[in-house]
Amino acid sequence: MTEETHAARGTPQERTQAAAAPPQSPTPGRVDHLALLESHAIFVLREVAAEAERPVLLFSGGKDSAVLLHLAVKAFRPGGLPFPIMHVDTGHNFPEVIKFRDERVSRLEERLIVASVQESIDRGRVPDPGPSASRNRLQTTTLLDAIAEHSFDACFGGARRDEDKARAKERVLSFRDTFGQWDPKRQRPELWHLYQGRVQPGEHVRAFPLSDWTELDIWQYIAREGIALPDIYYAHRRPVVERGGMLLAVCDWISPGPGETAREETVRFRTVGDATCTGAVRSTARTVAEIIDEVAATRVSERGATRADDKFSETAMEDRKREGYF
Amino acid sequence: MAAPGNHESAGGGMDLLRFAAVGSVDDGKSTLIGRLLYDTRQLFEDQVAAVEEASARRGVGEVDLSFITDGLRAEREQGITIDVAYRYAATPRRKFVIADCPGHVQYTRNMATGASTADLALVVVDVVNGLREQTRRHACIAALLGVSQFVVCANKMDLVDWDESAYRAITVEVEALARTLGVTSWHVIPVSALHGDYVVEPSAAAPWYDGPTVLEALEEAPTGAWASGHGTDLGGGARLPVQWVLRRPGGGRSYAGMVNGGALRAGEEVVVLPEGWRTTVTGIETYDGPLDVAPVGISVSVDLADDLDVSRGDLLAAAADPPEVVKELVATVCWFADRPLRSGDRLRVKHTTRTTPARVAAVTGRLDVNRLEVEAAGELANNDIGVIELTTAVPLAVDPYRDDRITGSFVLVDEGTNATVAAGMVGEPHFAAGTGRRTPVAQPA
Ligand SMILES: Nc1nc2c(ncn2[C@@H]2O[C@H](COP(=O)(O)OP(=O)(O)O)[C@@H](O)[C@H]2O)c(=O)[nH]1
Repeated sequence: MTEETHAARGTPQERTQAAAAPPQSPTPGRVDHLALLESHAIFVLREVAAEAERPVLLFSGGKDSAVLLHLAVKAFRPGGLPFPIMHVDTGHNFPEVIKFRDERVSRLEERLIVASVQESIDRGRVPDPGPSASRNRLQTTTLLDAIAEHSFDACFGGARRDEDKARAKERVLSFRDTFGQWDPKRQRPELWHLYQGRVQPGEHVRAFPLSDWTELDIWQYIAREGIALPDIYYAHRRPVVERGGMLLAVCDWISPGPGETAREETVRFRTVGDATCTGAVRSTARTVAEIIDEVAATRVSERGATRADDKFSETAMEDRKREGYF
Repeated sequence: MAAPGNHESAGGGMDLLRFAAVGSVDDGKSTLIGRLLYDTRQLFEDQVAAVEEASARRGVGEVDLSFITDGLRAEREQGITIDVAYRYAATPRRKFVIADCPGHVQYTRNMATGASTADLALVVVDVVNGLREQTRRHACIAALLGVSQFVVCANKMDLVDWDESAYRAITVEVEALARTLGVTSWHVIPVSALHGDYVVEPSAAAPWYDGPTVLEALEEAPTGAWASGHGTDLGGGARLPVQWVLRRPGGGRSYAGMVNGGALRAGEEVVVLPEGWRTTVTGIETYDGPLDVAPVGISVSVDLADDLDVSRGDLLAAAADPPEVVKELVATVCWFADRPLRSGDRLRVKHTTRTTPARVAAVTGRLDVNRLEVEAAGELANNDIGVIELTTAVPLAVDPYRDDRITGSFVLVDEGTNATVAAGMVGEPHFAAGTGRRTPVAQPA
């Protein structure tokens, strides 16, 4: 059910191209917060890769994934990555994100696994929610099936603790039982830099090297390192429809319903996900520097603004995480 | 309100302070952190709206800032905090990582998780009740874990009409506690978390007080005390636990890991432990290019002059100031399992990047956290802190915990369930580490 692309290992020379602002180099001799966050993330990547038997890096094509992949490259070059990259594809992606994913992985000459929600639907693993419904929650089954199929025992993810109140409590190394479930009341103590990820067959850990990064740290780091992102992160004009307080992009799965009208607006996305539930924000920020200014002044949280899936209840994210979500 | 600055320092260049927030249930820790985040404008409108909505739904009059830091469903149902929640705040100068620690004794493992990487402890005390046993216990665990700076909030000053003598009484208690715990730096700040006085905003409520606000104290505290000077250099010998061996395209190996203990320099003589091989650092590499000096806290890879069989779990250390290599050691442990820890128990020890079987040769004592004395004991119960003698299957390169929070710490892992069952610190209990000098590792008699 997963499709793999194999390629030769990367070269030490490859570097990502700056999408916008030129990289700013850190002041020599000073260890600032970004240098410490970077170093810690590299430490976690190396620890987990060394101790897990079959690690994998989960890659959505979003900014946090892009930063995580960049850090993985920094941790393991001149060697190749000691794990494949896996995308859980809802089938409702923004085309810009798929293009970015494929370009990025092939440039790095690393291995990509695509786990497809559409296939999970076709094989009857999950009910088809209909063409324009969110497939976010369905990703959990596809993800857990792929983890079982490949016997992955450690999955790197780009989640951050500032995203949500359930995430705020999650360990850097988060234990999942044989059902893929997170039990927030039984988390392993995690002291110092001793990340203990030993598991029995069928269990796994999620590893979150970006745990202590905030949205602003991510953008500052993208600017400093010149990390490329999908175009939809930068302001552009596109037809949108306002629904449930969110601006959804008009696309194959979203068209104006009764009483709704499509309007062309200048927008950008703060997160990328299932196009049916990822909202755009009105913005004219076309460069990383402009986005940093905007994020610094923004008064609405990333998930609150742009993720319909987290709006249903106070504990939406916790409930999904318990089931095995990212 | 005049925000002292939120995220406006877009160019980066901030330093980083990690602190643990502790206190007894109901003394106002959640409200205080909520206040800190609210007044430094870290909260987004939708988060504030969610808190307002939740406050209204649960029939709380005005906005209850403590809801901001309320995380899990189980916690909300029980009205208590079970696990550490991490919060983030920033001023133009500094990024803060806040480990908001749970209060109950049965969640000591989570409190220890939060305090283990803290540079500072923010202790919240209700002025009406004074220092309670739970707060003393938390302060004790924080100090035991090497936290040597305390910022104590004498909270709910509004309930005592900002009476200076109530504040003075807390100060006297804190000072006595700080001295016994070996805490080197402390502030006691009169605050009302509920109304915001002296948290972020100065106030006229206590004209007799001329010290810093909570935020000022947090902004001025030295960073990087944890891990023997993360981001700083205390001048000790460097240590680099080898995490990963990188193979260079033209042949040759480079040893990847994070520098701690002191800066590592190209050209420096190092010893590979536990083997004891001496060699020279010929280069320090990063993806961004070579470094002459790698500061503490930075991930690098190291090239050595000699072709040695170095692998994950080995430790590179400054030849002039190496840790000790031991198979038997005395350690202070916090025990986290329901079953007791007894002499003869077999466990796995994870120390730096090495994991090895170990046997508890003896349980010798239990720490009375009120009297701060070790009393004789033959076993440890869940949440006990005690002293053990440990024998490891392979030698470990260790420093006393008081000198180095990385090479001096370990966890014990249950061989059957893989659960992390104890946090260990090399040496007898020692309060508030950070002398910067290295002391000999105590050996079992
Ligand atoms: N009068 C007054 N009440 C406060 C103050 N800080 C907290 N409280 C109240 O004390 C109770 C416990 O506070 P909370 O922050 O939940 O305590 P925690 O258990 O330590 O997190 C709540 O009812 C708060 O509103 C304060 O400064 N003054």
